Amino acid sequence: MLENIRLSFQGIWGHKLRSLLTTLGIIIGIAAIIAIVSTIQGTNEQIRKNLIGSGTNTVNVRLVESGDWDYDMAYGSIPSGIPVLDSEMREDLNDIDHVEDASLYTVRTAVDYIYYNDTSLQGGELIGADSHYLNTCGYVMTKGRAFTEGDYTNYRKVAVIDTTAADSLFDDENPVGKTIDIQGEPFTIIGVIEESSQFEPVIESVEDYYQYMYDDAGSSGSVIIPDTVWNIVGQYDEPQNVRLLADSTDAMSEVGRTAANLLNDFVDNETIKYSAEDIMEQAQQNEQLSESTNQQLIWTASISLLVGGIGVMNIMLVSVTERTREIGLKKAIGARKNKILAQFLTEAAVLTSLGGILGTITGIIFAEAISRISNVPVAISIPAVIIAIVFSMLIGIIFGFFPAVKAANLDPIVALRHE
Amino acid sequence: MLLELKHIYKNYKQDKIVVPVLKDINISIDEGEYVAIMGPSGSGKTTLMNIIGCLDRPTEGEYFLEGRSIVNYTENQLSDLRLKTLGFVFQSFNLLPKQTALDNVALPLSYAGIPVKKRRQIAFKTLQRVGLADRVNFKPSQLSGGQQQRVAIARALVNNPKIILADEPTGALDSRSGTQVMKLFQQLNDEGVTVIMITHDANIAGHAKKVLRILDGEIADDSQEGGRIL
Repeated sequence: MLENIRLSFQGIWGHKLRSLLTTLGIIIGIAAIIAIVSTIQGTNEQIRKNLIGSGTNTVNVRLVESGDWDYDMAYGSIPSGIPVLDSEMREDLNDIDHVEDASLYTVRTAVDYIYYNDTSLQGGELIGADSHYLNTCGYVMTKGRAFTEGDYTNYRKVAVIDTTAADSLFDDENPVGKTIDIQGEPFTIIGVIEESSQFEPVIESVEDYYQYMYDDAGSSGSVIIPDTVWNIVGQYDEPQNVRLLADSTDAMSEVGRTAANLLNDFVDNETIKYSAEDIMEQAQQNEQLSESTNQQLIWTASISLLVGGIGVMNIMLVSVTERTREIGLKKAIGARKNKILAQFLTEAAVLTSLGGILGTITGIIFAEAISRISNVPVAISIPAVIIAIVFSMLIGIIFGFFPAVKAANLDPIVALRHE
Repeated sequence: MLLELKHIYKNYKQDKIVVPVLKDINISIDEGEYVAIMGPSGSGKTTLMNIIGCLDRPTEGEYFLEGRSIVNYTENQLSDLRLKTLGFVFQSFNLLPKQTALDNVALPLSYAGIPVKKRRQIAFKTLQRVGLADRVNFKPSQLSGGQQQRVAIARALVNNPKIILADEPTGALDSRSGTQVMKLFQQLNDEGVTVIMITHDANIAGHAKKVLRILDGEIADDSQEGGRIL
């Protein structure tokens, strides 16, 4: 086998231009497919990132009013039938399959009562968080420290803010140690947080915009305080939301549903229910859409592979004719049929595999170029590359089969007389 | 008896007309013999050679090689005979032009499934045997005609066959290299290899110990056994 591969390289190298031209169809076909698959992959990853966030696998289970709207109790009184979730409940949530961590929090959105000196945080988000919250959101500290046990047990009026809030409240100042004013109460800032991975949503349409805004209301800044001091700025026994950290992106939908069902068993309210944002489902729908359109492109590119395969068959037939004497000699000196068959099949497979490799490289270059020019994100998928190369090898074996059989069946007497 | 042909007939069909090429050929050759098959062109000597060399099957008749009837052998069995029992030498050498002398000689060893390193050793020894130890890495185009034919003989010898079949081995050579090649055949025969040679040249046939004349597909009566003629 190695011998055959070595011989194939010799043969291909002996006809460099011819080999290149022969494999051009394969190169173009594979390049097109790799480029298309890479853009699909890139778009899908972007969709997932836009919808799901920074890939932190955070599942939000929120109270939703009348099926659609986030429950906001900014001006209302505490609704009936919604139990206060205790640490035992948190443990139960944490025990759901695929859940790594669970946290309970209270939230006010679009707050306008947070000040630093005369600067106010407009449209920010105020969160009363338990000690698991920062972990479930996948935040990392950029300055200062996170909440400690002592902050909770001693009811310290401390706050952690995100970089967006820090920018709008403090500009270039270091926020750590400064005091902000929440509903007239002073809170000391102990740390600044940031999402662990860069989240750069690409907003290309109005839908994207709403999607993004809806999902991440905190984009104009979040201020997080320990839930033990929530009643200073909010009320006692406010209904809580839940954040879960799933162990994989694929588990997010299921985790969200399970948690919502678990919570709703305790809810006794007609209009307000717990509901998990089913971001994954939405992501999958969008992905399917982009995949189905690109599927057609892949079929089109496959035609190029078919044409390329026929080209390979043609040139292998030429090669068999050219080497009739060589084949005749080999058979005369004792080569069995299958040795000749293997030699030509290997040559065809090596030829198309080289075409596949060149095509893959060209495709990757194409994909990168597309992403530079049109801003479409690309992601090179290793499985796709492997499949492309194996597939081009198969093309060689399929289209090389007929010429190889022809070679193997040559009559050595006739072949040796061939001029 | 190394090989025995009994009542061999061979017909070719050409435009529905059956052309008889060989008629009732009976030959027996012992191990260690040196036989020349002589005849004018069109006499059927090449067809006879192809049948002896297991490249072609007779239309009728029996062929025993090393005591076994081989007319019903499968294609793979015939390939194996050509690989191990028979060695071919052609008029036009038929060397692979892009490969070195060593690789050309090693080619049959690859079909015999011998590992690469071993192949090179055996091929080198065989080239030594034909006096070309200093030309192992030369390509055919860098060798003279006589040297190329000796490489081809080395290739025929490399699997240690019982029989060397040579079809006009000096036909493409000048007389000096022709003589050298004939000396080599003599040397191989002295070492015990059975040599069967096809030629139309009486001088060449004269080297053989036995000459079979073939005329119009039949062994002619004046075929002589033993000793040199002419």
